[in-house]
Amino acid sequence: MQAARRRERWKGSEWFAINGAPPLLWLPALLVSLAVTLPIAYLFIRAYEGGDDVLRLIWRARTLDLLRNTVVLALIVTAASVAIALPYAWLVQRTDLPWRRFWGITGMLPLAIPSYVGGYAVIAALGPRGMLQGWLEPLGVERLPEIYGLTGASLTLTALIFPYVLITLNAALAGLDPAYEEAARSLGYGPWRTFLFVDVPLLRPAIAAGGLLVALYTISEFGAVSLLRYDTFTRAIYIQYTNAFDRSLAAGLALLLIGLTVIVLIIEAISRGRARYYRVSAGGGRPPQRLRLGGWKLPAVLFCATVTLASLVVPVGVVTYWLVRGLRAGEPLRLIWDAGWHSFYVSGLAAIAAIIAALPIALLGVRFPGRFSQALERLSYSGYALPGIVVALSLVFFGANYAPWIYRTIGMLVLAYTVRFLPQAVGTLRAALLQVSPRVEEAARSLGLSGPRAWATVTIPLAWRGVLSGAALVFLTVIKELPATLLLRPIGFDTLATRIWGASVEGFFARAAAPALILIAISAAAMLLIEGVGQRRDT
Amino acid sequence: MALNDRNLTRRSLLRYSVAGMSAAALPWLLAACGGDDDDDDEPTATQAAGDDPTPTEDSAADDETPTEAEEDDATPTEAGEATATEEEDEETPTEEEEPTATEDEADETPTESGASIGGSLVVYSGRSEELVRPIIERFAEETGVDVRVQYAGTAELAATLLEEGSNTPADVFFAQDAGALGAVAREGMFATLPDDILELVEPRFRSPDGLWIGISGRARVVVYNRETVSEEDIPESILDFTDPQWEGRLGWAPTNASFQSFVTALRVLEGDDVAREWLEGIRDNGVTEYSGNSQIVQAVIDGEIDAGFVNQYYLYRFEEEAGGETVAANHWYTNGDPGALVNVAGAGIIDGAENQEAAEAFLRFLLSEEGQTYFAEETYEYPLVMGIEADPRLVPLSEIDTPDIDLSDLDDLEGTLQLLTEVGLL
Repeated sequence: MQAARRRERWKGSEWFAINGAPPLLWLPALLVSLAVTLPIAYLFIRAYEGGDDVLRLIWRARTLDLLRNTVVLALIVTAASVAIALPYAWLVQRTDLPWRRFWGITGMLPLAIPSYVGGYAVIAALGPRGMLQGWLEPLGVERLPEIYGLTGASLTLTALIFPYVLITLNAALAGLDPAYEEAARSLGYGPWRTFLFVDVPLLRPAIAAGGLLVALYTISEFGAVSLLRYDTFTRAIYIQYTNAFDRSLAAGLALLLIGLTVIVLIIEAISRGRARYYRVSAGGGRPPQRLRLGGWKLPAVLFCATVTLASLVVPVGVVTYWLVRGLRAGEPLRLIWDAGWHSFYVSGLAAIAAIIAALPIALLGVRFPGRFSQALERLSYSGYALPGIVVALSLVFFGANYAPWIYRTIGMLVLAYTVRFLPQAVGTLRAALLQVSPRVEEAARSLGLSGPRAWATVTIPLAWRGVLSGAALVFLTVIKELPATLLLRPIGFDTLATRIWGASVEGFFARAAAPALILIAISAAAMLLIEGVGQRRDT
Repeated sequence: MALNDRNLTRRSLLRYSVAGMSAAALPWLLAACGGDDDDDDEPTATQAAGDDPTPTEDSAADDETPTEAEEDDATPTEAGEATATEEEDEETPTEEEEPTATEDEADETPTESGASIGGSLVVYSGRSEELVRPIIERFAEETGVDVRVQYAGTAELAATLLEEGSNTPADVFFAQDAGALGAVAREGMFATLPDDILELVEPRFRSPDGLWIGISGRARVVVYNRETVSEEDIPESILDFTDPQWEGRLGWAPTNASFQSFVTALRVLEGDDVAREWLEGIRDNGVTEYSGNSQIVQAVIDGEIDAGFVNQYYLYRFEEEAGGETVAANHWYTNGDPGALVNVAGAGIIDGAENQEAAEAFLRFLLSEEGQTYFAEETYEYPLVMGIEADPRLVPLSEIDTPDIDLSDLDDLEGTLQLLTEVGLL
């Protein structure tokens, strides 16, 4: 009934419409999705060149072992991330937790820490004879239990990327209509039951979106995982690229990752559910009533503090220690402002580009659901699990050979970031747009606004939290991105990430420390800025 | 109803599409304008390169190179023709300050190598910026060449070069190990080097086909903890580490390129069976696996392991950063043992490079006394040109009887990788 009404509205452009969507919407969405599949096209080209060797490599028992390792890691990290992020987000947004603004910010900051820095820091701090062991030595602790392998890898990754789920949840929680909770409470549900049976189901799309990001990112992650000596699939790919110089075999393996991504996407779609998430009846949005924690305040604060300690204080502390040790040994303090500026503005550009590219896809998926929009959305997620080096090399291939005018420019770099991180923007936008009722759009149209104008002036502004969160997410991820930056940047264009890499790869940790801290500082500043904007709009 | 009043006419559709696409293109327009136009300028710069060794061009080109940010506008190459019309503010005010502010030894060395060449040069460097930027800048100052360097991992750069093919903007590939050089050489992307460059280095440290040349040497050593291992405990041959007394005390990095070169050398010298036995023996001896050499040295210093198979220079860099001696020490094998392998970091000129003169001058500079001394003193590697001394803590190259293998054969890693995979290390 609704669908029929929607289609009738677009009578004028029906001949161009797909599922009722005007070409103004699906055309950009299609173009963007196709752009994101450039890496996959490259992989097919290279794998085809490899011929039978590729198949032989894929069906080795060792490959399947690696695949299993990867899946196990992804499952653990996703489950742990959701388990941490959900209570954390709820505590910050829905209760009277003391210092909640502070916890809100520190919850997001771990995203600013590059995974390779996190990996080094964890080993330095918690390694068998690392810093913690050094402090405990007077108590007779000779060696700590091994943190390498699955334990260390899952701990490190969870600590560093649970903010993906947190950010999507924040946006969704803030936009959640309090009427549901109030209705539940008025019907006799206590706070726990309200949370479990009302809030959590309403947050399903956000949890699914965040969980998807975490799962796929874990699959693509290489830096921390290799440092912590856990063999995942990306390791096999890297070995082919860096030891065998064999791009065909690497391409074959990467295609397997695409297959894995498709499976994960299907799981996510199932868990997403088909329910309606926006308010049906009349009434304005209002800030939710915050739950009084009472005696639960102390445990809640301890929980947030533990999370912050593990995910933020430990890595930043270790990096600061390296810096201080280096300064004391006579290292000059390297304040590389130009690399910092480069990082900042190229990440900003990427965030803007990602949001603009994600808008058509998200809108299409939310307002005109159907097979076409689902296909486009899945297409845009397909490259997310690819390791950065694959995306980089695919764009090197297309750029150097087919588009030299854009090759090695900042435009190409921004394109690479968009291709790599589009799903982050799409996911957050989608979760936020779902909460905007189509009734408001219809009201706008009944007052005379055409479809696109209604979207531009009504719907998207109502989903501003999603826009901001998506932009923040992309900004934080891009600023620490390494493999694509190293290969595609204009010659001589440094970012903080490349500086950190350059120093740490040679073992000069003290020299890597200053850029790492600057990176974290810039990310924190950006977070505060966005938080500030968010606060002002709320009031 | 009112719903039909504002129908989507074709005109408004057009209007919105144009608006939408310009909004989408805005970030990229901004990026392109604020970014760089390097690619189009290179041909013009190098055409003029041959005919202007003018002093003005020298000083203008001087201050561009030390800075990272300023390299990405078009002006450096245009300065090669001494036009300086649209120069941004970075050029003139910082002419004096740049070299002193950013680099320590920037201005003392007068131009001894004589001729200034000019033009621009694009170098893909697998050697990290921390290590080689100072020496590259010295080259740029002395010759007036605008050197623009892309730093990334050696293998990633090799893959990039292979993907770019003849469209590559690179002129020189400066690689961390011979394997990558061999891989690029095999695709026919290197130009043959002139004889006077090739003759600077012993044949064992360059390509037999004259396609690339070693710049500095990296010897395999065993790093060990002086407190728990005495020099006498260390076996005569690296093959003897499979002895049970080393159980649980060793560390290695099977994915590291230098380690794989070592295994290749082992296979070539002793045969596949001995190599397999050794790998399995060490593995069964409870060896700890690390992802890189720095981690191994750190682990030895921390006491996690007692000995590890690494390259010689890591220890000295750790000691430099820690500000003094550590508990770790290096042990060299010198007697034709497979553990006596010396690998090289080297460079080659890309076939079809635009500024051939500058590329050759770059290689000559790296192999000059100034260049070689830099590697000896700053990176603790071996200078390969005869007559230049290495760091006194290193065993001299002349005393190391390296195994008799062709370093460019080390790029044929298939057999080694297969062996490592069969033993379960990869």
